Amino acid sequence: MLNTLDELEKKAMLELPGATSEDALNELRTMYLGRKGVLTQMLRQISTVTAEERPLFGKRSNEIKESLSHAIYEALERLKSSRKDDVLLKETIDVTLPGRTVGRGHLHPVTRVSQEICRIFARMGFNVVEGPEVETDYYNFEALNIPKDHPARDMQDTFYVEENIVLRTHTSPVQIRTMEKMKPPVRILSPGRVYRPDSDVSHTPMFHQIEGLMVDRGVTFGDLKGTLTYFLKQIFGADIFLRFRPSFFPFTEPSAEVDIQCVMCGGKGCRVCGQSGWLEILGSGMVDPAVFENVGYDPEEVTGFAFGLGVERIAMLKYGISDIRLFFENDWRFLEQF
Amino acid sequence: MKVSLKWLRDYVDIDLEPSALADCLTMAGLEVDAVEVAGPAFDQVVVARIISVRPHPQSEKLFLCEVTTGTESLPIVCGAPNTRSGDTVALARVGATIPGGFVIKSSRIRGEVSEGMLCSEEELGIGEDNTGIMILPPDLTIGMDLKDALGLRDTVLDIGITPNRADCLSIVGIAREVAAITGKTLRYPEIDVTENNEEIAGITSVSIMDPDLCPRYTARIIKNITVKPSPSWMRERLEAVGLRAINNIVDITNFVMMELGQPLHAFDYCFLEEGRIVVRRSREGEHFVSLDEKDRVLRSDTLMICDGVKPVAIAGIMGGLNSEVKDDTSTILLESAYFHPPSIRRSSRWLGMGTDAAFRFERGIDPEGVVRALNRAAQLMAALGDGAVCRGFIDQYPRQIKTAKDIPLRPKRVNEFLGIDIQAAEMVRILEKLEMTVSQSDDAHYLVTPPTFRVDITREIDLIEEIARVYGFNNIPVTMPGAAGMPAGENPEQILDSALRFALTGMGYTEVITYSFINPLSADQLGLKDDDPLRDFVIISNPLTEEQSVLRTNLVYNLLDVTNRNARVGCADLKIFEIGRIFFRRQEGELPEERACVGGLITGNRYDGSWHNKGVSADFYDLKGCLDALFADQKIQPVRFVADSSRPFLHPGRSSRILVGQETVGFVGEIHPDVLERMDLKNRAIVFQLDLETLRLYTKGKIDFREVSKFPASSRDMAFLVPVAMEGETLCRTGYEQHEVLLENVAIFDVYTSENLPEGMKSLGLRFEYRSTKRTLTEEEINVAHNRIVKTMVEATGAKIRGE
Repeated sequence: MLNTLDELEKKAMLELPGATSEDALNELRTMYLGRKGVLTQMLRQISTVTAEERPLFGKRSNEIKESLSHAIYEALERLKSSRKDDVLLKETIDVTLPGRTVGRGHLHPVTRVSQEICRIFARMGFNVVEGPEVETDYYNFEALNIPKDHPARDMQDTFYVEENIVLRTHTSPVQIRTMEKMKPPVRILSPGRVYRPDSDVSHTPMFHQIEGLMVDRGVTFGDLKGTLTYFLKQIFGADIFLRFRPSFFPFTEPSAEVDIQCVMCGGKGCRVCGQSGWLEILGSGMVDPAVFENVGYDPEEVTGFAFGLGVERIAMLKYGISDIRLFFENDWRFLEQF
Repeated sequence: MKVSLKWLRDYVDIDLEPSALADCLTMAGLEVDAVEVAGPAFDQVVVARIISVRPHPQSEKLFLCEVTTGTESLPIVCGAPNTRSGDTVALARVGATIPGGFVIKSSRIRGEVSEGMLCSEEELGIGEDNTGIMILPPDLTIGMDLKDALGLRDTVLDIGITPNRADCLSIVGIAREVAAITGKTLRYPEIDVTENNEEIAGITSVSIMDPDLCPRYTARIIKNITVKPSPSWMRERLEAVGLRAINNIVDITNFVMMELGQPLHAFDYCFLEEGRIVVRRSREGEHFVSLDEKDRVLRSDTLMICDGVKPVAIAGIMGGLNSEVKDDTSTILLESAYFHPPSIRRSSRWLGMGTDAAFRFERGIDPEGVVRALNRAAQLMAALGDGAVCRGFIDQYPRQIKTAKDIPLRPKRVNEFLGIDIQAAEMVRILEKLEMTVSQSDDAHYLVTPPTFRVDITREIDLIEEIARVYGFNNIPVTMPGAAGMPAGENPEQILDSALRFALTGMGYTEVITYSFINPLSADQLGLKDDDPLRDFVIISNPLTEEQSVLRTNLVYNLLDVTNRNARVGCADLKIFEIGRIFFRRQEGELPEERACVGGLITGNRYDGSWHNKGVSADFYDLKGCLDALFADQKIQPVRFVADSSRPFLHPGRSSRILVGQETVGFVGEIHPDVLERMDLKNRAIVFQLDLETLRLYTKGKIDFREVSKFPASSRDMAFLVPVAMEGETLCRTGYEQHEVLLENVAIFDVYTSENLPEGMKSLGLRFEYRSTKRTLTEEEINVAHNRIVKTMVEATGAKIRGE
């Protein structure tokens, strides 16, 4: 009987590799191990086995059952796993095809630069304040020490709505409105749209300005230089060279233009800087006592400085844009680069 | 202002290279915009010597010369009578250009070769002599460029003079700055007038009727002058600074104006009726023909120079044609005056006559320099016009012109203000270098009197500026102000703006910035009715173009304009937004209403044209979904979209008003097909606009947190048959309004229209979600609640449950 068991095992193991499908394997299992299977039937004949052989017969038949069922199980697993591999293989995609676009929107470059500037000054304690874009002559000019019939009015051509109502030519009126409302100390930044009738490669009738004002006891011209130097190094890099040059603005005295060494040619002289090696980047100065008097501050008590810059100009230098009109044409091919 | 270095050197020595001088001036506040090479308009003319001269075989008037340039000898045919062997001459070589743009070529003159041209002064434009060739001093180096040999090269600095520096609107004024900066001595021109015996008082008189506008008027009479071209040195200087030479008399007035900064005028005395000058305001509507031959109608406040009968000049701006100096003029009345600066400015602006004279008068000339300029011009008219200057001059000076005196200066204040530490003596030295008179009043105070030409200096701060400027801005140490005593950063307006930008760009919308001004015809393109408030434009009285002549009252038009522009360059799919203000006119004299808004637009395909996507056009719900997200992001609620066909530029069936609570915050809708057609747009476009100031009121920033339930939700789907016109929200709202605590959400998940449905009906599929925070709901509980809600919905809206 034991021989029969051995033969059975040998036979089954020989048949096993031939069963390559799940069905064939299941059939094999049923044939040998099922309730009516060969091995089961043999076990039923255990009574015919001699008493001495019986324990061995039982042990062997359990061994065979186990090894056979394990072998079939393993064959089945192998089969499953190779079928999974087939499926995965079939699912292969072309990873070089373009991804599904997540429609990313773009911030306008003027906004980008404006936000950057505001953040730098926020770190120095400057608060953002806004004001009307259509202004009275008083706030846009008179209160800033630019009387009617004064040549300083030539410095800024102006759009008029009425005789005494203008489109603001700068955001400086915000300074006046702020100082009228609050007592020193003052640290404000006023960004916004401004208007001047001018249109060419470097002028648009509307552009963006950011003006700053700091008023406190004991603010010095040195503080003006320090604040603006910090700002320009943040914007253009720590190794930028700059210079402060005497100039004139009716609402500041002394007034200074701030130049940076040309970012295009590094100061050698090129078309962008008009061969001078320097680029005018912002106007600044110590607040004129007449302005303080107009808002009821005592110029003997407090001093301060103010500065103003064109956002487009900074953006043009930062990104190498040569025509200011591009900012307002809103051509997609321009906007999507930011 | 253009400044010739050659002219400048008449008054101050300059050791610096032009570029170095330009830097010095720029850093002292006189910004040099350009450094240009100038000089006579010829090129490649060299110093040469005539070796031999023989007669031309074919002509009695011509000579054949052999001329050496030191390195070669050339045959030249010359017709000048003064052609002599051994003379040093000016040779224009082959290839040279001479004034008038002539280029010298190798040629044959009556059969003889000529390799260049010997030039006269006139041909080179450096003199008047045209009687023969120019004979040069024999000691010049042969072969040298003529400009170098005669020192004809000039450099012109173009200096931007700021409005406060009226004193620098002259060559002497610039020379004074150069002297102060470089430590050289200024040489004023020597003025010496030789007078004859005829008293001016017997010839003319001046009466000033309006001394408020003309505080000082001086005059001289110069007789027997000869009007002729000016000498070359004067023409050269005038031309170098951009003035055209006319005749000696006019040139002298211009020359002295440029030299000293005092505008002058020369009248032909014989055309002055009654031989006298009257200074008065014009009469309203008075006509006057100015030197430029234009007939001008005057206002009553224009100051005029008149003779005994009629106006002869617009004071300080331009002379009259009736008293112009002509070739046969023999007697000159020379005017040098001081006019009230604002008055000159008003008149020159009103007349649109921005002359060099007006430019100087309106900025303020030196009130004490008036006579000096008068005498300087008289001196030159005698010297260059053979004139006889009558004895004495008229000086009507009825009003004292205020000049600053004894301005207090506190050295401590200077140091504190600038953040420097320099000695009072150093400050005094700087001020004295600028020709100021300084005296010490006590330990802490000085008294400073500026020179009369420094009309900009009246206060201590003006002195501080001068000290800072000369000390050097770049020598002032850099310091940082102390820390701020208050919080800083964005204001509430900016916080919302930034949040919207962040959200919108995140949703794929790109920011645009468009002009605040638009074309008034945009109102017609948008189909606005005559009384539409969007027509309450703020009108610009001096626009650059008609297309930019009013301020926008909406963002929609500009967004469509951007769409149009991009469609033309082949970009038809757009998702854009703008944050900016719109403007509404108020009553005259009042500032307009300004409202901050955000507007957006979507057009073309919803997705990009890649291989993934089929072309699906964006529609109303794309933009509505975007707005839903914006509101959710800002925690703005409750928001409702209400059908609203009142905006003529929107599709009447596809537009909506947006309400937060009871307040309208904006609109969203598809652009009306008529507007698309008028604006030449092919694709449908959907727009929105929200008022940021209203929105800000509802931006809570507060988050109402709710406990997340541990228990599962159960949902029930149900389809309702409703009339096509019924708004889906009506149905959902009725469900919500039951206030069933177990009902967590009702949402439309399907909208179905079909011919299979009864006529005029649509099917809305609603999903009801039930949940408790306390326990898992039983079927029984859910059914009870659900049936109750559905029953009420059916009763309240007349909807039918599909399949029943």
